[in-house]
Amino acid sequence: MKVKITVNNQEKIFECTPSDYLLDTLRDNNYVSVRRGCDTTNCGVCTVLMNGKPVPSCSVLTVQADGKNITTVEGIQEEAEKLGKYFGAEGADQCGYCNPSLALTVYAMKKELVNPTVKEVKKYLVGNLCRCTGYISQERAIMKYLGDKS
Amino acid sequence: MKVVNNITPSVDGLGIIKGRPAYTDDFADKNSLIVKVMRSPHAYAKIIKIDSVEAEKLPGIEMVLTYKDFSRVSFTRAGQGYPEPSPYDKFVLDEYVRYVGDEVLAVVGMDLKVCEEALALIKVEYEILEPVLDFENAIDNPSVIHPEPEAHEMFPIGFEPLRNIAASYHMNVGDVEKTLTECDVVIKETFFTQAQAHVMLEPHTVNARMDYQERLCIYDSTQTPYHMRRIISQALNIPLSKIRVVKPRVGGAFGGKQGIHGEMLVAWVTYKTGKPAKMIYTRKEVFESSYSRHPMKMTVTLGADKSGVLKALDFHCLSDTGAYGEHALTVFMVVGSKVLPLYNKVDSVRFYGDVVYTNHTPAGAYRGYGAIQGNFALESAVDILCEKLGMSPIEFRQLNMMKETETSPIFEIMGEGTAGTAMIMETCKLEECVEKGTKLIDWKNKYPSIDMGNKVKSVGMAIAMQGSGIPYIDMGSATIKLNDDGFYNLLVGATDIGQGSDTVLVQIAAEVLMTTVDKVVIYSSDTDLTPFDCGAYASSTTYVSGNAVFKAANEMKEAVLKEARRILKSELVEFDGAVFTNELGESITLIDLSNQITYSEDQKQLSVTASYVGHKSPPPFMAGFVEIDIDKETGEIDIVDYVSVVDCGTTINPKLAEGQVDGAIVQGLGMAMFENVLYSKKGGLISNSLMTYKIPTRVDINHLTTVFVDSYEKSGPFGAKSVGEIGIDTPPAALANAVYNALGVRIKSLPITPEKILLALKAKGRE
Amino acid sequence: MKVSEYVKAKSLNEAYDLLRENKKNYIIAGGAWMKLSVKTADKLVSLDGLGLDQIVLKDGFIEIGALSTLGQIETNETIKKLLDGILVQATGNIMGVNIRNIATIGGSVMGKFSFSDIYPVLEVLDTKLVFHKHGEVELLDFLNNTKFEKDILVKIKIRNQKGKGFFKKVATTPLDFSIINVACSYVENRLKITVGSTPYIAKPCIKAMEYINGVKEITSEVIDKCSSIVLEEVKFSKNIRGSKEYREEIAKVYVTRGIKQVINYEG
Repeated sequence: MKVKITVNNQEKIFECTPSDYLLDTLRDNNYVSVRRGCDTTNCGVCTVLMNGKPVPSCSVLTVQADGKNITTVEGIQEEAEKLGKYFGAEGADQCGYCNPSLALTVYAMKKELVNPTVKEVKKYLVGNLCRCTGYISQERAIMKYLGDKS
Repeated sequence: MKVVNNITPSVDGLGIIKGRPAYTDDFADKNSLIVKVMRSPHAYAKIIKIDSVEAEKLPGIEMVLTYKDFSRVSFTRAGQGYPEPSPYDKFVLDEYVRYVGDEVLAVVGMDLKVCEEALALIKVEYEILEPVLDFENAIDNPSVIHPEPEAHEMFPIGFEPLRNIAASYHMNVGDVEKTLTECDVVIKETFFTQAQAHVMLEPHTVNARMDYQERLCIYDSTQTPYHMRRIISQALNIPLSKIRVVKPRVGGAFGGKQGIHGEMLVAWVTYKTGKPAKMIYTRKEVFESSYSRHPMKMTVTLGADKSGVLKALDFHCLSDTGAYGEHALTVFMVVGSKVLPLYNKVDSVRFYGDVVYTNHTPAGAYRGYGAIQGNFALESAVDILCEKLGMSPIEFRQLNMMKETETSPIFEIMGEGTAGTAMIMETCKLEECVEKGTKLIDWKNKYPSIDMGNKVKSVGMAIAMQGSGIPYIDMGSATIKLNDDGFYNLLVGATDIGQGSDTVLVQIAAEVLMTTVDKVVIYSSDTDLTPFDCGAYASSTTYVSGNAVFKAANEMKEAVLKEARRILKSELVEFDGAVFTNELGESITLIDLSNQITYSEDQKQLSVTASYVGHKSPPPFMAGFVEIDIDKETGEIDIVDYVSVVDCGTTINPKLAEGQVDGAIVQGLGMAMFENVLYSKKGGLISNSLMTYKIPTRVDINHLTTVFVDSYEKSGPFGAKSVGEIGIDTPPAALANAVYNALGVRIKSLPITPEKILLALKAKGRE
Repeated sequence: MKVSEYVKAKSLNEAYDLLRENKKNYIIAGGAWMKLSVKTADKLVSLDGLGLDQIVLKDGFIEIGALSTLGQIETNETIKKLLDGILVQATGNIMGVNIRNIATIGGSVMGKFSFSDIYPVLEVLDTKLVFHKHGEVELLDFLNNTKFEKDILVKIKIRNQKGKGFFKKVATTPLDFSIINVACSYVENRLKITVGSTPYIAKPCIKAMEYINGVKEITSEVIDKCSSIVLEEVKFSKNIRGSKEYREEIAKVYVTRGIKQVINYEG
């Protein structure tokens, strides 16, 4: 069957079956920044934005995304670069596997929370696991990014 | 220094966060055949019959591979230097399956769906054998896990497979039993550490294709591309020259990708069919069918005189290597070699024990590599001894621990499966680490504990050491070539698995060549294009590969100077990284020089290759301090802060070094507090998903304080040692000590859960 | 999950008929749990677009459409104020924001998950469920019966009461299932107590509530006795997350703390 999904402001028609998950449909259509980390919705690596809100693409059927807006990190390049520069300055750039999905979640968080504290940032991002950094350097970078109103 | 020890963003961070194709599966051929493994439901069984007739008929199924399709060549999957100190006890596919999750057979098909359909159609008949599931009852168990005659050791490692012993070891200095009789205070305690899963976020994956030279080209998420190439060649009898292994970006490894995973089957499928193929481990397969940490039982006996001088150290260890013996001996030895020298002034020391086979998921390399297990036992035992002596844990350590310019006889005795290398601690700032740490955590005012009503605040600490590469075994090399436009290519075999080696090595080259990092373009880990490197393990990359880069960069500097001398017709040429000037003030820029020798005159390609093998393994040291608030009624723990004071020599990249320590501390806290590989009674893994196996989240980690002390290791590049593993070693003992300081209960088995604490407290209350 | 057909229902009646047509037809809400628990489905019926995702205040009740996501509940200002925000505490600590943006209250209620953090809170509130065919049903009737499973949950109604609330989730990490959970409410001088994920699903502690709501004065001895009655009447058992003994110990501690908090105990 065919579904119509707007990905990064581009209207796309994807061929899929009702069993397909958004993660695989996106990857098969060259959105390789969307990646898989686990089988059980626990890691956050597959996060994309659906109508602006973070969702786990491994658990959203492609058909459920029909008619919706999907944002992958390719759609927020400027913000990702801005956040990436803070990551680089804080040494938060290690294996990077969790970074694109984290950038998307941070981007959504920036719109939802006004001047959050570190505690609130931790809570919002708790579903984005990281095994490399120990989290602290990422959070230093994110707080600085949030404080940068340029 | 302008580049080294300066804040430098990684060379690849921006590209990755922006989502560029970077990881192994991002580069898989779109038409790749999918290789899907059928995994054993039994802990130990013999395959009697495989009926795959229906499955093979399915349209879209290319083939079904069983043990009958492979010649019987044994090998080790461990990514180590040849000849490996691990037993050759694995076949590509075997008639026997030795753990729940072991490979039974593989189906190869057009897509995942048809492979899963095929697997459902295949009927396998097993003869179920009695599994060995308790490592304390493995030795001489009537059930023998590796009876096959082909299994062998490459050199003596104590391999006695008919007794279920994968390796064993014994060393002693002096007569420990005699010394103990002369001690005023003796303690003897037994500790258990559990198996831990790496949980790197990128599951194991590999893909292969035949290139137009009819060579097998493999993209592999691995720590050791060169070892993978060799082992594949060996096991599949494909000439080494026909194989290329490329390591793209790796989404974390921590030791879990220091061994064969899907490479063997995928390589074979592509080689045989000529078609591209790939395998991606599910998270379940990563848990069940890759590797985990060696669980251990350790009995420590310490003897001291009443003034607190430690005189005798006896350490008996039993390690469970699971169904196959990858890294069995070497992890075991590190329990001793990178822990016991911390107390180097004892009169006698003994370290001995066995590594046994069981029908569990194979254990393998994992950050710390034995040092974390040994550290938990020793540093807990030290605190127990301190209490009996009536001495503060800080005072005792300051009195007995390793100091700069000292040595330990253990260094010479214990190496990588064989004898070691004697070395003096040219740099050892443990004293300063302990002193600084006690101030940073405010030990004086918090030790042993502060009552806060429902909760108790307490502190606990431990010291640790690790190594920097394996002397006389680990080799790294680097090639630097000059391009037109005056920039360099740096080609290294060294394997960036997220620890930032690409960046660190660029920094070293740029510092020597007196240029900026954007002028040094790195390409790494391609067995065709980059010079050899043993791979990312044993904390070797900065020290070993870094020294190779240092050498190569100096040789390149001399090479460009030689050209400049020729062009400027003078022997007295100065170079500032960008411009060459002679004594008459005549100059030429590097850019112009490079363009000239590429296109106009005396054309040549300047390129140098240098290699390095370490003659020592200078240990990094650290002191770790944890502050906890613990609920007296429930045992729940808040980690308020973890202070790490580290001596790793020069931090080539200070922020990335801090990140290594932070990340390792959190991984160590996970092992200390709740990570637990759990098996069912039948030997199947219960904790085989992220739903049942939990790792620390950002809410669990309140604050980390990581600082480095000034230290310059002459033998290291710009004074560096290593920092990749040291951070993981102290949290288990530091936490156990803090819990004791808070509530007076001593937990001697990991993980230290609120349940264990509360039930121990209740038991104590009943006494 | 293998799905044969995905159908976007045009009305609740159509959805109801499709659900009952075939054992392997399911209503899909968020679908996150379904992905882990259903191997094959014939028709997946979506209720998207039927207006079941609104949260409104009506006649003294907070009406939450069955397709409201946990994220919507977590950020709703009225629900934040209800009994010290215990429903927000419960929903807002389930997994991460990404799951909460697709998981729905309907899915959580219909699933009757034993580890549910939502059930203990709904049980100490005044909660009614509204089904398409069966109309309004008391929460506990739904919990104790299977006859509503093939009906469509339209919304849940929670009385917008004034009072005090307590919720505690004991878990290894914030992303884990509860080892136990405890909820208390104190409305118009009546205490409600539930303990759940024991590992069994939360049920109100009837005997304990009867006892403590019957005494003249709540002293520390009364609270202690009440929590002991909880241990007698609640079924505890062991699973991967904890032993029976540990669960009992911490249940007692948190019931005690919960009661003290909601009645503002100062003793």
